[in-house]
Amino acid sequence: MRPRRRAGAWVYVVLAGVLAGSIFPLYWSFAVSSRDNSAIGETSPLLLPGGHFFENVQRVFDTVDFWQAIGNSLIVASTVMVSNVVLSTVAGYAFARLRFPGRNSLFLLVAGSAMVPAQLGVIPLFLVINDLGWYGRLEAVIVPGLVSAFGVFWMRQACEGAVSADLIDAATVDGASVLRTFWHVAVPALRPHAAVLAMITFLGAWNDYFWPLAVLDSSDSPTVQVVLSQLASGYYTDYALMLTGATLGVLPVIVLFLLLGRYLVRSIAGGVRYG
Amino acid sequence: MNTRGTFGTRLDRKVTPFLFIAPFFAIFAVFGAFPLLYTAWVSLHDWGLLEGDRGRFGFANYAELFGDGRFYNALANTIGIFLLAAVPEFFLALGIAALLNRKLRASTWWQTGVLLPNVVSVVAVGLVFTQLYSRDFGVVNEVLGWFGVSPVNWQAGRWTSHLAVASMVMWRWVGYNALIYLAAMQAVPQELYEAAELDGASHWRTFWSVTVPGIRPAIAFTVVAGTVNGLQLFAEPQLFDPGGGGTGGNDRQFQTLAMYLYEKGFTKFDAGYAAALSWVTFLICVVFAIFNYRLVRRFVSAS
Repeated sequence: MRPRRRAGAWVYVVLAGVLAGSIFPLYWSFAVSSRDNSAIGETSPLLLPGGHFFENVQRVFDTVDFWQAIGNSLIVASTVMVSNVVLSTVAGYAFARLRFPGRNSLFLLVAGSAMVPAQLGVIPLFLVINDLGWYGRLEAVIVPGLVSAFGVFWMRQACEGAVSADLIDAATVDGASVLRTFWHVAVPALRPHAAVLAMITFLGAWNDYFWPLAVLDSSDSPTVQVVLSQLASGYYTDYALMLTGATLGVLPVIVLFLLLGRYLVRSIAGGVRYG
Repeated sequence: MNTRGTFGTRLDRKVTPFLFIAPFFAIFAVFGAFPLLYTAWVSLHDWGLLEGDRGRFGFANYAELFGDGRFYNALANTIGIFLLAAVPEFFLALGIAALLNRKLRASTWWQTGVLLPNVVSVVAVGLVFTQLYSRDFGVVNEVLGWFGVSPVNWQAGRWTSHLAVASMVMWRWVGYNALIYLAAMQAVPQELYEAAELDGASHWRTFWSVTVPGIRPAIAFTVVAGTVNGLQLFAEPQLFDPGGGGTGGNDRQFQTLAMYLYEKGFTKFDAGYAAALSWVTFLICVVFAIFNYRLVRRFVSAS
């Protein structure tokens, strides 16, 4: 690694400005959500937070079934997360370290499917879901997301970097079964990569909007994102209510990001390879 | 050697790899590949979202689409917003990456900070920015007011609404792209910098002649991914609509292709038309991604 130029004071000033720009909309959302709705029109919107946050939170829970939405989003995001990690890890391992006929062409199929825009298939996907009788049910959001081409791609890449082919050969010579070798050699080495994939899929599923909006019955059991958009529609716009909802919807993500964000950053700033 | 063991082992080595990849392909076949092909079939019919085939076969949906002013309007809006967001986003991300590439104290902290907007849900971004751009109480108009600019009704105009939506997209993606550029910058060979220094090149010149060409693959990646994302833009403009009708303003001044797809398919239940729209959008995506990729290649290697 080359020695890089030391950053001068102005670099910190500019970066602090960028960071302020990143945080401001979120801070402002919290500030409004902590104010009395009637005070919003009278006071400058750049003001400090007020003391009405919990009151507004209460109003959000009174207006929409936010608990149900959080529960649904948690079910969807965690199922999709666990399933993606498990299924992508076994498939990625097979593509990276196992020999079987058709390996390369099958992997090309995976890589190719990752490049198709998601919205291309929404209409027929809806028809499939409808035929299965899943309209308005969480299965409609969960099952199509159980595994992703991105996840397989990611874990294959991780295997190439982290799982020793020599160790696998040694285990194979010793007569260990494929599953046993996978469990004892690959899984321990893949844990950090699997954790990052878990976070990416959880965030993706938690934040997804287009598909849940299309396939969930908005009056029955939507997810957090769909409920948030409901807070925004209506003849009378309740700013404080809307932004309290937005703040509540972002809060779990921010907490997760503060805990694990550096791993995500490290993997983006080091794990992405380009064709 | 135990023959039974060998047979079991051989079977294990033959079959287990397929068991490992089977779940992916099973789910992909039912919920990925089949819908994709089925889209083409549906697009050739008069197809109701709920009642199914209404018994017409042919290219009528495509013919209707190419004569549909609203389709061209949505296409122009999508491309307009994409360009308004992508061009400044590219330069900003390059600049931020260059700063992050300096020797920094607490560098992880800065990198995490710039990525933060990218993990926030797009719905929250849409709601918050819509309020920031509110005509009467919005922060943006308030700040403009300090400079004597009278309040702008952001949703009402084509350009103003495009600018506002583009700013949401930029806010979410600048940091992500900057991190990808940063990763690539750290892999640019040191000799190139030494050679530039020997030639007496300025910092600015070195940046454009060494760093930027050196991270070309990363730039190509962000451009192609950004194009595909940009042409699928949905949540930001959808939530920016105060009426919530999904038409992108009274005159559809900021309705994107994805919003039009949603309107046709899921509120008007015209699945055949929406499927045709999906395919055309996909082809436009491919054409644009290739065009932008070429553009980047030419622009970056020329400098």
